Amino acid sequence: MHIDTHTGLDSPKGVWWKPAHASEKVWVGIAFAWCMVLFAMMPLWHWKGGQNPSGIRSRTTPQAFSARVGEFITRYQTGNDRGMPIVTPPPGSDIYLAAVAFQWFPILKLQKNVEYTLHLSSLDVNHGFSLYPINVNFQVVPGYDYGLRVTPNASGDFRIMCNEFCGIGHHLMVGRVIVDEGSAVASTSGAVQ
Amino acid sequence: MTSQVIAAELAPEPAGVVFRTCPVTARRIHIGAERLIKVHAVCSVVSLLIGAVAAVLLVLTRWQAVHLLPAVWFYRILGVHGMSMLIFFIIFFEMAVLFFASTVLLNARNSAPKISWIAFALMLAGALTVELMMWSGRADVLFTSYVPLRAEPTFYLGVILFAVGALVTVGVFFANLVVAKREGRYQGSLPLVVYGAMTAAIIAVITLVHGAAIYIPTYLWSLGLMEIDPQVYRMIWWGLGHSSQQINVAAMVAIWYMLGALTIGAVVLNEKISRSAFVLYILFISMASAHHLLVDPGMGPAWKVVNTSYFMYMAVLASMIHGFTVPAGMELGMRLRGFTNGTFDWLRRAPWGDPGFSSLVFSVVVFGFVGGITGVTIGTEQINIIVHNTLRVPGHFHATVVSGTAMAFMGATYYLIPLIFQRKVAFWKLAKIQPYLFAGGMLIFTLSMTFAGTFGVPRRHWDITFSQAPFDVQFSPIVDLVLAVVALGGLLAATGAFVFIAIAVKSVFFGEPLGTITKGVAMAGVPTGLTHPPVHALDVDARNAALHDPSRGIMGPAPGTIVLVFVFLAAFIVYFFVNWKMLSFLWRIG
Repeated sequence: MHIDTHTGLDSPKGVWWKPAHASEKVWVGIAFAWCMVLFAMMPLWHWKGGQNPSGIRSRTTPQAFSARVGEFITRYQTGNDRGMPIVTPPPGSDIYLAAVAFQWFPILKLQKNVEYTLHLSSLDVNHGFSLYPINVNFQVVPGYDYGLRVTPNASGDFRIMCNEFCGIGHHLMVGRVIVDEGSAVASTSGAVQ
Repeated sequence: MTSQVIAAELAPEPAGVVFRTCPVTARRIHIGAERLIKVHAVCSVVSLLIGAVAAVLLVLTRWQAVHLLPAVWFYRILGVHGMSMLIFFIIFFEMAVLFFASTVLLNARNSAPKISWIAFALMLAGALTVELMMWSGRADVLFTSYVPLRAEPTFYLGVILFAVGALVTVGVFFANLVVAKREGRYQGSLPLVVYGAMTAAIIAVITLVHGAAIYIPTYLWSLGLMEIDPQVYRMIWWGLGHSSQQINVAAMVAIWYMLGALTIGAVVLNEKISRSAFVLYILFISMASAHHLLVDPGMGPAWKVVNTSYFMYMAVLASMIHGFTVPAGMELGMRLRGFTNGTFDWLRRAPWGDPGFSSLVFSVVVFGFVGGITGVTIGTEQINIIVHNTLRVPGHFHATVVSGTAMAFMGATYYLIPLIFQRKVAFWKLAKIQPYLFAGGMLIFTLSMTFAGTFGVPRRHWDITFSQAPFDVQFSPIVDLVLAVVALGGLLAATGAFVFIAIAVKSVFFGEPLGTITKGVAMAGVPTGLTHPPVHALDVDARNAALHDPSRGIMGPAPGTIVLVFVFLAAFIVYFFVNWKMLSFLWRIG
């Protein structure tokens, strides 16, 4: 095999389209195969996995979404915490959470192991939905309704941080999600009021 | 050698085009082009200084025990840090690289001096405008300026001026390549380093077109003349924002090949493979915008899967190829110079005291192991759910663009100072340890930041104790400790950056003239690649053929590199699947 030894600073002499050494070919092959694995994991997780950012996506407007949230609160409000309504929606229902500088509202009260469709949207600028402490993150964009089917797998008192810069009070923007154990909740939820 | 051949058949240069001959490399250097390289490099270092001061203020604020800046100034300085580093420092330096590659490396002239200076003036005016707007609090929208957050119109205008200037310079680069070819300044194909710079330039065109497509409408929007959809903004803005990182990658890889050649005589293992990998960058990089929209409401899963994987990770493949060919070329170069013992003798006996060489190694290793592995993993559609807007994101990109690109640019500067500025590198002893300080600090910084991010600690956040928030949020005490380590790493790296700036400024403005280099005699202030040029033996082709002989088996001419890349692959596989496992513990979401 003729070899033209040169550095990357020199023009290669003549035709440089030459066969590569087997070791190089093997690495390119392995790297390619690994890239296919990286790729395959995504459709595979849509098929078999439990966490996907697909959701039900639709357009909305701040006015329309705000009205929807208002309706939701009126219908299912069961209490309030420091002026923020606590809403206890029926299991399996569509639930609404609005982001507005610098609040998440309302407070959601959910049941463990029940699926809800959580609708997220913003009434002003971009916000970041970040569920503490389990670290679930979604972008909340004004004009878009992101409907995510969520099933809480543990009870507790969770927080929603904002993790997209939304203005000078960004670090004050904290919301609340309460997840209660099983079906006992339905009967006790009235006690909150 | 090449330059002597060309000197014999030179076409006459146009009147007024003056050249000097480099006493070290015997290359012809166009004085006019050299001046442009200098001004761009100086602007780059000044931007780095602004960005590094901002960095110190930021880490001292996020270190909750210190919490230096008030909220308004934290967000403002965060914007300044982003623009100064990611745009002005990097792009000014890249423009210097484009002038260097298209003139010095081709023994050619800069074909359009007037236009080049106008472009430079535009970039400078744009950069100054943006800095002024940000510092004066008229553009508190951070680096990404997501609509409908609003800055004053002049801010967007400044960005547009800078981008137009950069686009014109990229045009001059292409013109230089054509003119150099036509005037016979080099023979055959472009050298690989110039080919890499050309890749960066092509991606720069794609990037800057996205930039125009988003900043011109945004300027009009800020004047109240049109509407912009916030989701469309995010998509096109990241066509600029992420693609510009691919300019950095391509330019960095080109510099890897260059520093390898200059410091230890690294050879090109196979032109076909390396060049094809550069082509993969061009073909698959413009989809990179999708990385940032994985958990956005505007796009569906099919769009996300196809685009986030750069159409099946073909650009990742390109980086994995360079991640093999660059160290393999270095290993082979060393073996051809006689360092043939064992698997890693070539690495042990490399010039670790040459800041150009140590920068190169740290750039390759941290970019690959930290930046690359975290980047591909967190850019996976579903895994992004546990990553988006947490500290894992800046943890990742500081490993790519700072430990990778900035480190490589610093390494290149140690050679540009003697070769272009014709000065000795000042504070030479400090220069020798600067890459260790910078890379070490950055490694601590990026790893601890990534770790803090796995707890869900948000990026771009003034106060994670939420002391004034309506509901309490109490992160684990581990997080406080980790954020202190982030600050420590950040301060170390910033010290490394300040040392670099001091060296660059002292050398360039008050430096000792280079004088005569005697081959084989070490000289303070001159990297060993210049005092002891890594020249190959006359029978190098025969030696190279022997190393390629099939009798050496599959490990081939670079067995040490084979071991290293498999260590890399193992780390990659482990990290990738650990993240899927972490994801599987969450609530069901779909």
